[in-house]
Amino acid sequence: MATKNSAFRVWGPDVLTALGLVVAPFVLPHLGFTQDTMSRILIYGLFGIGFDILFGFTGLLSFGQSAFFGTGGFVAAYLLTQTGMTSVILALLIGTVFAAAVGVLVGLIALRRTGIYFAMITVAIAEVFFFLENSPLSAFTGGENGLPGVPSPTFYLGFTTIHIGSGWTMYGFLAVCFLIGMVIARRIVLSPVGLVLVAIRDNPLRAAAVGHNVHSYKLLAFVIAAAYGGLAGGLLGVLQGYMPPDAFAFDTSGQLVMQTVIGGLGTLFGPLVGAAVWLYLRDFLQSTVNLGAAWKLALGVVFVLLVVFLRRGIIGGVVDLVRLSRGKPAPVEEVEESIVVPAAAAVPTGDIEPVEHGEPILVATGLTKRYGGLLANSDIDFTVRRGELRGIIGPNGAGKSTFFKMLTCEVPPSAGKIVFEDKDITGFSVTEVCQLGLTKSYQVNQLFSRLTVRDNLNIAAAAQRRGPFKMDVLRRVGHIDGIEETVAETLDLVNLTKRADNLVSELAYGEKRRLEIGLALATSPKLLLLDEPLAGMSPRERVETVKLLKSIRQGRTMIVIDHDMDAIFELTESITVLQEGRVLVEGTPQEIKNNPTVQEAYLGGVHEE
Amino acid sequence: MDFNWPLLVSQMFNGLVLGALLALISSGLTIIYGTLGVLNLAHGAMFMMGGYAGWLTYQYTNSYILAVAGGSLFVLVVGIIMERVVIRHFYDRPDEDQILVTFGLGIVFVELVRWGFGSLSLTVPSPSWASGITSLGFMIYPTYRLAVVAIVAVALLILYVVLYRTRLGMIVRAGIEDAGMVDALGINVYRVFMIVFGIGAMAAGFAGIVNAPVAPITPDIGTDILVQTFVVVVIGGVGSFPGAILGGLIAGEILSLTSMVNPSYSQVMLFAVMTLVLVVSPYGLLGAKGRD
Repeated sequence: MATKNSAFRVWGPDVLTALGLVVAPFVLPHLGFTQDTMSRILIYGLFGIGFDILFGFTGLLSFGQSAFFGTGGFVAAYLLTQTGMTSVILALLIGTVFAAAVGVLVGLIALRRTGIYFAMITVAIAEVFFFLENSPLSAFTGGENGLPGVPSPTFYLGFTTIHIGSGWTMYGFLAVCFLIGMVIARRIVLSPVGLVLVAIRDNPLRAAAVGHNVHSYKLLAFVIAAAYGGLAGGLLGVLQGYMPPDAFAFDTSGQLVMQTVIGGLGTLFGPLVGAAVWLYLRDFLQSTVNLGAAWKLALGVVFVLLVVFLRRGIIGGVVDLVRLSRGKPAPVEEVEESIVVPAAAAVPTGDIEPVEHGEPILVATGLTKRYGGLLANSDIDFTVRRGELRGIIGPNGAGKSTFFKMLTCEVPPSAGKIVFEDKDITGFSVTEVCQLGLTKSYQVNQLFSRLTVRDNLNIAAAAQRRGPFKMDVLRRVGHIDGIEETVAETLDLVNLTKRADNLVSELAYGEKRRLEIGLALATSPKLLLLDEPLAGMSPRERVETVKLLKSIRQGRTMIVIDHDMDAIFELTESITVLQEGRVLVEGTPQEIKNNPTVQEAYLGGVHEE
Repeated sequence: MDFNWPLLVSQMFNGLVLGALLALISSGLTIIYGTLGVLNLAHGAMFMMGGYAGWLTYQYTNSYILAVAGGSLFVLVVGIIMERVVIRHFYDRPDEDQILVTFGLGIVFVELVRWGFGSLSLTVPSPSWASGITSLGFMIYPTYRLAVVAIVAVALLILYVVLYRTRLGMIVRAGIEDAGMVDALGINVYRVFMIVFGIGAMAAGFAGIVNAPVAPITPDIGTDILVQTFVVVVIGGVGSFPGAILGGLIAGEILSLTSMVNPSYSQVMLFAVMTLVLVVSPYGLLGAKGRD
C-alpha cells in the first residue's frame, strides 16, 4: 500500500497537471476566461513556481523577482529582435541562463543578511534594475518603449511545421513550458535538496548544525527562482510580441508575491491558482462590476484578509475543508506515552564496567571565552578518549554551555585550541565540524517542527551521506544509500518508530526531547555532545531517557552535561567539574562524590549524611 | 574643463533637503522596527497620506500650519488604528507575515487615495513667510527648501527628546531590549507599542506634508520613498535612530550629487553604496549586532 501511495505521490500530480492543461481550454472559456487570460495565468504560474521554491519552501521572502523576470525577458527579446537570432527556444534558454547568472550575483549580496534585511535589500535591488533598464541600458532595452516585434516560435517536425500564432497554439506552447517547469520543480522538491530547503525554512540553525551548508542551499534556491523568473519573462515577450518595460517594475514583484500568497504557499500550484483568481477578478471587477481602477483596491483588501485569516491561501483552505468534510479534523492521535524500554536498549543496567579507552579523540588546550569584561571560560584543558562517556557538571553559570558551544564551533574561542581526531578545528563552522563527526543535542529543542519525525531524521542523516552541499535534484530522498537503514535504526534507538509519520508539533515533550537526541544520532557522530538531555523532564521521563542514553552509549564516545547528579553518577565513568569557568577537578564518579573541594564548592559543603 | 561650483553647492543643498526628509522618514521606520520588531511596508503610504491629508486641510483653511498639523495628526490616528486593529495580532507571527500584511495594507491605502483623489498630481503652495528665494551671499536658494531643513531638524530634535529624555522614551528603549521584562514590571507595553507605531507613522506623514510644496503629491509618491528609506536603514543600521539620520543624510547627498553628473545613475549609485556597506559592515554603519 505504501509503495502504491508513494508512486502516486511522485508522479500523480504531474499527470494530473498535464490532464488539467489539456482540459482547461474546453472548460475555462465557458467560465469567462479568455485565451489571452489563460496564457497570462500560465506565465505568472510558471514565474511563481520558482518564487514558491524560494519563499514557500526555503522561507526567503523576496520582493525583487521582477529583476529576473525583466532580465530574462529583455535578453531573449533583444536576441530575437536586434541580433537576428531566429530560434525562439534558444533565445528563451539564453535569457533563462542569463537571469540565473544575475541571480547568483544578486543572491551573493542579498543573502548576506536574513529576515527583514533580506526583504529590504531585494526591494532595493528590484528598483535598481528598473532604473538600469530605463536609462543606462535603454540602448538595449528600448527604455520606456520596450522592445516590439518579438517573434513566436516555429517548430519543424519533419512531416509538418507548427507555427505558434496568437490563438490556442500559443496556449499550447505555454502549457508545455509550464508543464516542463512544473515537472522539474516537483523533482527538486522531492529530492534531498528540497528536503534541505524546507529544513532551512523551519530551522536554519539546526539545518547548519546537522551539517548542511545553509548559505549554498539558499543561494541555489535564489538562483532557481531567478531562472524561473527569466523564462517567464521571456515567454511574456513571446506572448505579447512585445517586451514591455513594466516587466521590471516593482509592481510585478508585488503582484507575484500577492498571487502566490493568495493561492497558497509551499504547494507549487499556489501561484497558478493565485494568478487565475487575480486576473479573473481583475477582468470581472473592471468590466462587469465597473469598478474601473478600484479593482486593485478590492484585490488589496482580499489579500490583507487572506493574510490575516487564511494564511495558507486558497489551496490550504480547500485542503482544510476537505479534511473537515471527511470528519477528520486534524491528524492528532493519542499515542500512549510509552515507558517500555526499546529492545535495543536491553543492555546491562548495572554499573558499567570500565572500558579500555583508545587514543584521545578530542583535545582542547587553553580554551578561553571572554564576553566583554565577563570571563565565561578560562584556560580549560580537556581531553576525551575514544569510547569514553564523560560527564560535565557544575553550578549554574559555571560556563558549561559556553564550553560546549566552543567545542562544537558555535562560538569561536577567544584563545586556545581544539583538536578533533588530530585535526585542528579551531575556527571551523558548525557545519564543517558536524561533517567531521562532532555534533551535539541542544539544551532547548531545535527541531524542524513543521515536518514529520521521519523527515527530521532524514534531514540529519542526509547531511552525513551527501556532504555539506550537493545538487542531486533528480534523486529522491529515499534513494540515498543507506539512509533508510540509518533512519530506521535511529527511530528504534530513540523509541519513536510508531511516531515516525507524525508531525513534530504533535509529539509530547518527552518525545520531542528524544527526537532532539535522535537528530544528533542520525548524523552518525564519532563524538556526541549532549547538553542537558534531561532538562525539563518528569521523573518518569528521566528514568526513560537515562535508559536511552545507556543504550546509545554502546560503541560511541559521548560527553553529557546535566544538573541531575544521580543520572550523571549512574551514567558516566569520569566526570569533569567546572566552576566559574575553570576546571575544578576531574575524576571517577566515586572520586567526585568524595572530593571535599567539590562538596565545598559545588554541593555547598554538604557532608556525608 | 571648468567646474561649476555654484551648481555643486546648490546640489549639496538639495541633497541636504532630501537627506533631512529621508532621515525623518527613516527614523519613523526604524523606531517602529526597533521597538515592535515590525517592518512596516506601509510606511511609504504613510508619507503619501500625510501629503493628501495636508492638502485637504489646506483646501479648507488656506493655512500651511494647519495643513501640517492636519496631515500629521491624520497619519498619527491611522497609525494608531492600524496597530490596534491589525499589527497587534501579528506580534507573535513570523516576520514574513508582518511584512506581507503591511505590504497589503500599503496597497490598500494607496488605492483608496487613488480612488478618492484620482491619479493626477496635487500641489500645496509654500507658506507666504517662506516663499521666494533667499540670497546666501555666494548663491541664491529657494527659501522654502531652507525652511524644510530647519523644520525637519526641529522635528528630529523633538523625536530625540521624546525618545531619550522622557519616561515614555525610557520605556521604549527598555522595550527594545526586552519587551517581556518591561511588561513584567507592570508597564502596559501594548499601549506603548501603539503610541510608538503612531509616532513612527506620524514622522512619515509629517515629512509627507512638509515635502508637498517641494514636490507635487501623487498616490504613488510613497513607493520610491519607501525604497529609499530601506536603503537608508540598511546603510545606517536597522533599529538605530542615529543610524537613520546619518544614513538619510548620506543617501540624500548621494542621490543629489550623482544626479548632477547623470540623473539616471543616482539610484544605481545609492544601491552601490548600500552594497559596499553590506560587504564592509553587514549590520549597517551604526547598527547593533545581534538583532536581525
